[in-house]
Amino acid sequence: MYRTLTERLADWGIVAVLWAFRIAVILIVVVGSVLTLVKGTYTRDQWIDLAIFGLSQGGIYALIALGYTMVYGVLRMINFAHGEIFMSGAFAGYFLATALNRQGMLNANPVLALAIVTLFAMAVSAGVALLVERVAYRPLRQAPRLVPLISAIGASFFLQYTVRGLFGPGVYAYPDIESLQGEWIIFGVGILKRQVVIVVAAFIMMLILYMLVMRTRIGKAVRAVSEDREVAELMGISVDRAIVVTFAIGAAMAGAAGVLYAQIFRQVNFFMGFVPGIKAFTAAVLGGIGNIPGAMLGGLFLGLVESVGPSLFLDGLGIVAPYQLKDAIAFTMLVLVLIFRPSGILGERLVTKRA
Amino acid sequence: MLDGGRQEPMTTREIRLDIVRAVRIGLLGGIVFLYLTLVGLVGAFSERPLISGFISLGQTLLLLSMLGVGYVTARLIGSPSAKSAASQSRAILMSSLAGFLSGGILAMLVIVGQRIDVREVFVNATTELYQILTFGRGLPGVWLFPIVSGVAAGVSAATYRLPSKIRSPIVWGLAAIAFFGLFSSLFRTILTGISPGLSPFARLFFAPGEGLTPGGALVFLIFAAGAAASRRFGGQTRFANAVRSKVAARPRMRWLGYALLVLVALLLPQVSGPFLSQVLALVGLYVLMGLGLNITLGFAGLFDLGFVAFFAIGAYTLGLLTSYGPQGLVHIPFWLAAPIAMLLAMLGGLFLGMPVLGIRGDYLAIATLGFGEIARLLVGSDFLARWLGGSQGIIGIQKPCIGRLGSFLKPGVPQECSGIEFVGPQAMYYVILVGVLIAALVAWRLRDARLGRAWMAVREDEDVAQALGINLVGTKLLAYSLGAGFAGLSGAIFATLVGSIFDSSMQLFVSINVVSLLIVGGMGSLPGVIVGALFLIGLPELLREFSEYRLLFYGLALIVMMQTKPEGLWPSATIRRELHAGLEAPNEMDAASADSV
Repeated sequence: MYRTLTERLADWGIVAVLWAFRIAVILIVVVGSVLTLVKGTYTRDQWIDLAIFGLSQGGIYALIALGYTMVYGVLRMINFAHGEIFMSGAFAGYFLATALNRQGMLNANPVLALAIVTLFAMAVSAGVALLVERVAYRPLRQAPRLVPLISAIGASFFLQYTVRGLFGPGVYAYPDIESLQGEWIIFGVGILKRQVVIVVAAFIMMLILYMLVMRTRIGKAVRAVSEDREVAELMGISVDRAIVVTFAIGAAMAGAAGVLYAQIFRQVNFFMGFVPGIKAFTAAVLGGIGNIPGAMLGGLFLGLVESVGPSLFLDGLGIVAPYQLKDAIAFTMLVLVLIFRPSGILGERLVTKRA
Repeated sequence: MLDGGRQEPMTTREIRLDIVRAVRIGLLGGIVFLYLTLVGLVGAFSERPLISGFISLGQTLLLLSMLGVGYVTARLIGSPSAKSAASQSRAILMSSLAGFLSGGILAMLVIVGQRIDVREVFVNATTELYQILTFGRGLPGVWLFPIVSGVAAGVSAATYRLPSKIRSPIVWGLAAIAFFGLFSSLFRTILTGISPGLSPFARLFFAPGEGLTPGGALVFLIFAAGAAASRRFGGQTRFANAVRSKVAARPRMRWLGYALLVLVALLLPQVSGPFLSQVLALVGLYVLMGLGLNITLGFAGLFDLGFVAFFAIGAYTLGLLTSYGPQGLVHIPFWLAAPIAMLLAMLGGLFLGMPVLGIRGDYLAIATLGFGEIARLLVGSDFLARWLGGSQGIIGIQKPCIGRLGSFLKPGVPQECSGIEFVGPQAMYYVILVGVLIAALVAWRLRDARLGRAWMAVREDEDVAQALGINLVGTKLLAYSLGAGFAGLSGAIFATLVGSIFDSSMQLFVSINVVSLLIVGGMGSLPGVIVGALFLIGLPELLREFSEYRLLFYGLALIVMMQTKPEGLWPSATIRRELHAGLEAPNEMDAASADSV
């Protein structure tokens, strides 16, 4: 194909900028890590602490990411309001947990209480998600692609400020479970109990979801719809039902994640869903959107990088208060993934082609 | 449709069906009532009177919902063309039932709320709210609300069933009261601003503080109703028709209209006082940003959710170049710094645009959102605090000065200006106006130029556009950097207007505001940007009680707009055609199914 000189120059310019991006990132990561390790500011135990914290946070991101990935799978749409569904789960959990705490049940029988709280949060999240799907997404299924995205952004803010209006703008302290305090000594390293519990719980949830999607009839229907909606419909699968189930399952996972998140940070507020939501989306894209194991992997990876990254990459470069830039690292990863590998790490699908 | 004059005997099945419908609407209405009260809107609006000493804004909100319940029921039950007395009274009765039920749900809230304290969960379920809902009578007055609601819904249904030449004056009259009551303080300030002699006149209509006087309300009601009635009856008077056809036919008359508009735009801050000028300045800044995003998103279809990044580049560049505070670098005048800020923002747009060129649609939105957040985190971090001030921000930004600007003495001391200094929103408004005019001119001239048509081709279909020989890379990058430039200019003027810059001004919701105003106004449409900014930025600023709920309404507006009017309030012709081509099929099916019923 004939191209004018300016066109070729522009292309070269872009290639150069992209390479500059790549090289800059690699330089920061490599040089920063080497310098940090040489300086030796952090002990082995501190690194392990950061890594475990990263994994528990990553488990939560993974749970939220499942919702993004599944909805994108069936609808080819970013459910921008998913972070708010996570937030409503956390709020539901908060109100039930405080009520149980007042009865003394939270500490008398922590396992049962936590299970009840989680189930309640999952149910509320699923309810909210179904409502959003019905009101804001379903009427727009045939519309051009940006239209449902805008509606989703609207739904996101509507939910945020509804919660703010209903329950107030404050930051509420989540009741603490006594038996989750303290740490276990594993291989001579002290690990916070709550982090272990969160990682284990997140894994169990993901296993349940995986079984649900791979082994049940409705899971098969969801997979079929995400593979090809028209053909699935021709095979007699109720697409509406599959979409509703997808929203419900994804939201339930987000609701559970909300309760787990509150166990680490021990507070809820109306704005808490936004940043974890974006990060979970990053995780979903990292793992290859539409890919369920990918979302789990992406979540864990993102959590790990975000937790270890500031100390490892930035501290050695002499950046003050690197921990402030934790979110910036996550967002940089988001941008990098979208630019360089939109099909994700596990990348089996070319997203733009299918979309 | 069936009973043209002939009386159809009602079957019990029909009646039962109607009751079920009415109950369903009533329950839905009740949920809306509960939402409005518990989310705090009723409570927040109750502070402000609509008609002083008569009805508050909160009560108006509830009343409107009651009327809405009645309207919906009357629309859904029975055919509106059926004129028989039986059908009329049935619709009115069912509406009252629905209204009564909706009110009943709120009454339940009061009853439950008196027994158990629900405030721990719902912060707005206060005793003041219960006082409002029981008309200050406490628990014994709990039955009043459902009754009022039922009556209001019934009246609304009856009004809906009236012939339109009677209905329309009533609706217009009430709308006039609502409009003038809502913006009473605005009108009062403007009236007194035009001439202090008008102030007793203003006092006649507008109550001190907020709201209308009862007499004023009556005057507005009669005036608006009369105007609507005369239009209905006299309808197309010869004079009105003559004016209309003349304006349409003669471009010179249209220019006259534009000239009038410009005159109003020039004089507005002079008559409206400092508060209103502040609002106008803010609206202007968002119009400027909206015109920028209109190029990127509206013309070229590149969804940018991180627009605030360029706003930040502009604001911080200007701050560094002109500040007399500790962060100031070179201390040049605003008139030189603003174009530099704009240029740097354009470069920023180019630089951020290059890597994301290959990303399409929704992924692009998220990637740019990432840029916006990174920008906010960086400017607020301690890492860059040495240069950008971190959370302390950049303070002491020099005001624009026409005339000679004195030399820089030492940090903390502003430079002397011998001439006109632009201090405060009333003066800065004109700077913003110039910026808006430049942006509008550029956007308007480019829209129909080769470049503008290339943008729109890219928006419609990238692959086809490329096949037609459009240079995708250059076209997209130009859209990016031009949009970014106007955002940067807006940021620069904002920095000067406020006099300081903090990282907390660079929130995501700035980007969301701009995107929302573009969508509400109409993507790709220049007047749409102004309409959108007036609605989304100006309105919430004027209704201060409202500002807490601003984003709630943005969210709602986006959802509702996408389903009812995805092309915006003042759409561009192309976008309207494009969107309706996609939506035509289901609409036709709806119409067909409605006909067959």
